[in-house]
Amino acid sequence: MSVETPLIGDFTAAPAQSRLAGARIGVVTFPGTLDDRDAARAVRLGGGTPVALWHADQSLHGVDAVVLPGGFSYGDYLRAGAIARFAPVMDTIVKEAQAKDTSAAALPVLGICNGFQILTEAHLLPGSMIKNNHLKFICRDQALRVENNQTAWTSQFTDDEIIAIPLKNQDGQYVADDATLAQLEDEGRVVFRYVGGNPNGSRNDIAGITNEAGNVVGLMPHPEHAVEAGYGPDDTTGMRNGTDGLTLFTSVISSLAGATK
Amino acid sequence: MTENASEQPTAAEVPVHQTQFNIDTVANAAATPETELPWAELGLKEDEFHRIVDILGRRPTAAELAMYSVMWSEHCSYKSSKVHLRQFGEKVTEEMKKDLMVGIGENAGVTNLGDGWAVTFKIESHNHPSYVEPYQGAATGIGGIVRDIISMGARPVGVMDPLRFGDIDHPDTKRVLPGVVSGIGGYGNSLGLPNVGGEVVFDSVYQDNPLVNALAVGVMRHEDIRLANASGVGNKVVLFGARTGGDGIGGASVLASESFDDSKPSKRPAVQVGDPFAEKVLIECCLELFKNELVEGIQDLGAAGISCATSELASNGEGGMHVELTNVLLRDPTLTPGEILMSESQERMMAVVTPQNVEAFEAVMGKWGVEYSWLGEVTDTGRLIIEWNGETIVDVDPRTVAHDGPVYERPYHRPSWQDELQADTFRASPAAQNLPATAEELGSAVVELMAQPNMANASWITDQYDRFVGGNTALSVPDDAGVIRVDEETGLGVALSTDCNGRYAYLDPYTGAQLALAESYRNVATSGAIPMAVSDCLNFGSPEDPEIMWQFAESVRGLADACMELGVPVTGGNVSLYNQTAGRAIHPTPVVGVLGKFDDVGRRTPSGFQRWADGQAIYLLGVTRDELDGSEFARMRGHLGGLPPKVDLAAEKTLGEILINASRDGMIDSAHDLSEGGLAAALAEMSLRFGVGARVAVDGICERDGVDAFTALFSESQARALVALPRSEELRFTDMTSARGFAALRIGVVDAESGGLEVTGPFEGGSFGIGLDELKEAWSSVLPSRFDTAIEATEALMK
Repeated sequence: MSVETPLIGDFTAAPAQSRLAGARIGVVTFPGTLDDRDAARAVRLGGGTPVALWHADQSLHGVDAVVLPGGFSYGDYLRAGAIARFAPVMDTIVKEAQAKDTSAAALPVLGICNGFQILTEAHLLPGSMIKNNHLKFICRDQALRVENNQTAWTSQFTDDEIIAIPLKNQDGQYVADDATLAQLEDEGRVVFRYVGGNPNGSRNDIAGITNEAGNVVGLMPHPEHAVEAGYGPDDTTGMRNGTDGLTLFTSVISSLAGATK
Repeated sequence: MTENASEQPTAAEVPVHQTQFNIDTVANAAATPETELPWAELGLKEDEFHRIVDILGRRPTAAELAMYSVMWSEHCSYKSSKVHLRQFGEKVTEEMKKDLMVGIGENAGVTNLGDGWAVTFKIESHNHPSYVEPYQGAATGIGGIVRDIISMGARPVGVMDPLRFGDIDHPDTKRVLPGVVSGIGGYGNSLGLPNVGGEVVFDSVYQDNPLVNALAVGVMRHEDIRLANASGVGNKVVLFGARTGGDGIGGASVLASESFDDSKPSKRPAVQVGDPFAEKVLIECCLELFKNELVEGIQDLGAAGISCATSELASNGEGGMHVELTNVLLRDPTLTPGEILMSESQERMMAVVTPQNVEAFEAVMGKWGVEYSWLGEVTDTGRLIIEWNGETIVDVDPRTVAHDGPVYERPYHRPSWQDELQADTFRASPAAQNLPATAEELGSAVVELMAQPNMANASWITDQYDRFVGGNTALSVPDDAGVIRVDEETGLGVALSTDCNGRYAYLDPYTGAQLALAESYRNVATSGAIPMAVSDCLNFGSPEDPEIMWQFAESVRGLADACMELGVPVTGGNVSLYNQTAGRAIHPTPVVGVLGKFDDVGRRTPSGFQRWADGQAIYLLGVTRDELDGSEFARMRGHLGGLPPKVDLAAEKTLGEILINASRDGMIDSAHDLSEGGLAAALAEMSLRFGVGARVAVDGICERDGVDAFTALFSESQARALVALPRSEELRFTDMTSARGFAALRIGVVDAESGGLEVTGPFEGGSFGIGLDELKEAWSSVLPSRFDTAIEATEALMK
């Protein structure tokens, strides 16, 4: 029961009583994180169990995957994600996300917006985000094409599926050098591409990318805001009914549940 | 008190910064009655200064003078408005009080939502700072209102911003608007608060006096309600959050309480600078304090800073307070005690903590990395004593600072020009020559109307605000109200709207204020929520002008009467006076926010025709009269005169009940109120919302109400709304309207295929059609064509 005023990082609502609930997904809160409750809700609606992780705590408390949610960590006054990348929790995430040991699969990590910026600052993903080319914060429903459905977070999408999820950011213009862009394209590591107009000047219309192993995914738009009919982007069935973002969470949760049971 | 207060401390004993000025102690003040004090520069009038001397029985110290000057300013003391504002507390029935948990006078009013939930909301102005420094002025406006909400014990869950600017093509609007919008976005977005609505109005009367109002709403459990009082002798007083700096000194007394003219130096130093990250951390930190029950009383630091917080906390409690001012953490070590007391540095809070909770309090501060310092404690002396290194620099009865400020019965009278203005009706004016009468003329008039700055697509502004964060936004701009879910288990939630038509209020302030309430009430009901409470932001010119004071007095009287009739209490608000530059005052602008309640926000009614709703019936509710004075059409033709539309609060109430019941029972799929621009604008907006058109005939309206097609389309008669509903619900719906004796007329159908709006009626040509693509282009290009260029210019400068 969510009868008390929820605190940030206080994800105490009862998880779904299902086989999937065994999948424990950590949601990190940095000072200045804003979408942590939304990410936790997305995990819960996807059937998993959200676990609050604190920036200053090195332990991941045995979670099976991690979400770095959106916000303005440490105010983003220096450069988006630049300080968060040095938080104790990031040391563990970086290590576990890069695990090559075959006995322990690499930790699935999803970085959303500020989380994506943190992942690039931590060098788990290449490139960087700069200010939108129109210099304004932009909030809108955004169409994306799923170009890689082989990652930990996109396995339940169909190839080239067009989805709609909200976009909202100030520093969302993805940039990388030509060699990096070519490598991302050649290796099929562009996971999401903007369609119906590039909202921020991102190179190659890139909205989200993955690492070589496919366990780390970062994207600028917000799948956690498209998980519940009535509170998401508009879709053909009505206002705010879009729930395409939920598939990122169900993808990782069902594969984790399948692996552990 | 120290015995040898008149002795100056030796240089060796004190930190370097304290030797740069002489401390004016209470003992010194008593010994030097003749010392000249800069009371006039601090904004005090001569008789006010003498009153302070009478209260203290001696001249005030420099620090005391600083405190009284800010706390007795118009902004903090409501000295000109108090005698009128009393009506909000007097014109209230027992029925209106039943859900009111905390009334006017606290940081914000609190309303019972049921299921153990309570909601608090409030609007405030940050007009003057936003004109001087648009980005910081608007940003700190959001910051300030959000802290008011936190200090009630609530989690803030949303913001809205009613904005008014000068002429859209005036060069200064290009300076002010982009800065204000990015300031609101830059601050609000960083707090994780969805921005769910507001207003954007352009009118040359707001040139040099933009109105930047901000509303915040928060929710809490009943047991978490906190009040600003310092009780419990021996309890500790703590200041936490950002450090105190030299920004915003005298903001309340100098900026917000005087008119601008060209003869004074720039007032930029009086504007505060915001740090949204510090505020976000402060929100979380305060909520953790509340959850763990670690504070006895709490007060945000806004206007008048520490002066306000200490005097209000002390006077609302039972006893006194003792504070050592050198314990305040400073950003600028050269600040004098008076400056520290007056500073309006942002992101600060003051709390009262029991000695046994001190350690737990410090642990929460440590977790969130928030700085704090213990300033002193609650006493039973009945005095607010402030010391500087052990020497008493303030010794006052806190009530005389916080509550017993001057009260003025300002003279007021009906302006000499009011009768002439009201006699100058639109119909009799040259502007009414050659009104659109043919199909072609009416069609182009609709497109022209929707391309007016006040009717145009505001998404250039609202797309700079995060409306998704929190995951509980069920409705936001451009729908009639912002709707936020409070309880995820049950769907319990709130709806909010703010409205005001300054043109109506200029023509008749009494009626204009009532119309602002009526529209806001109607918007909330149109979304499907039950209106419960009101917060107002009363923006006016100088109270020292009897004609302006009349506008204010009439507006307050009108609003209080209307609240009584609609049964919605005013729970709080703000007065902003002196909105005039070089003798030109703004239109009276009493912005009214209404809060409504949903048992389940899933029932909210969208404002647009829905794509899957092809063939649904469109009904017009309410009666259309010939009411074009003050209308958007009259503005388009350059006319302002006559009398505003008639107010019929009984009709508004019935219309509200119909819309709320229809939403609750799932009868209707879209609803939109009729306001500025009348039926033409409402139809256009409903079509543009999801790009779904309609076929409509106005013949029935013309016949029943005895008006021509032009009037049917452009009149701004009140208590009207449009709804779209499935044919299977028509009978049930019309049964409900006729049982209540409310006019309902089927005027057309939703047409999801045509991509256009077709209107037929008794006019030459018989019918006109408007392609939605053409309409959208005209409606959407208005703001970008003005303000994208401003951003390009900035970009060029930065290169």
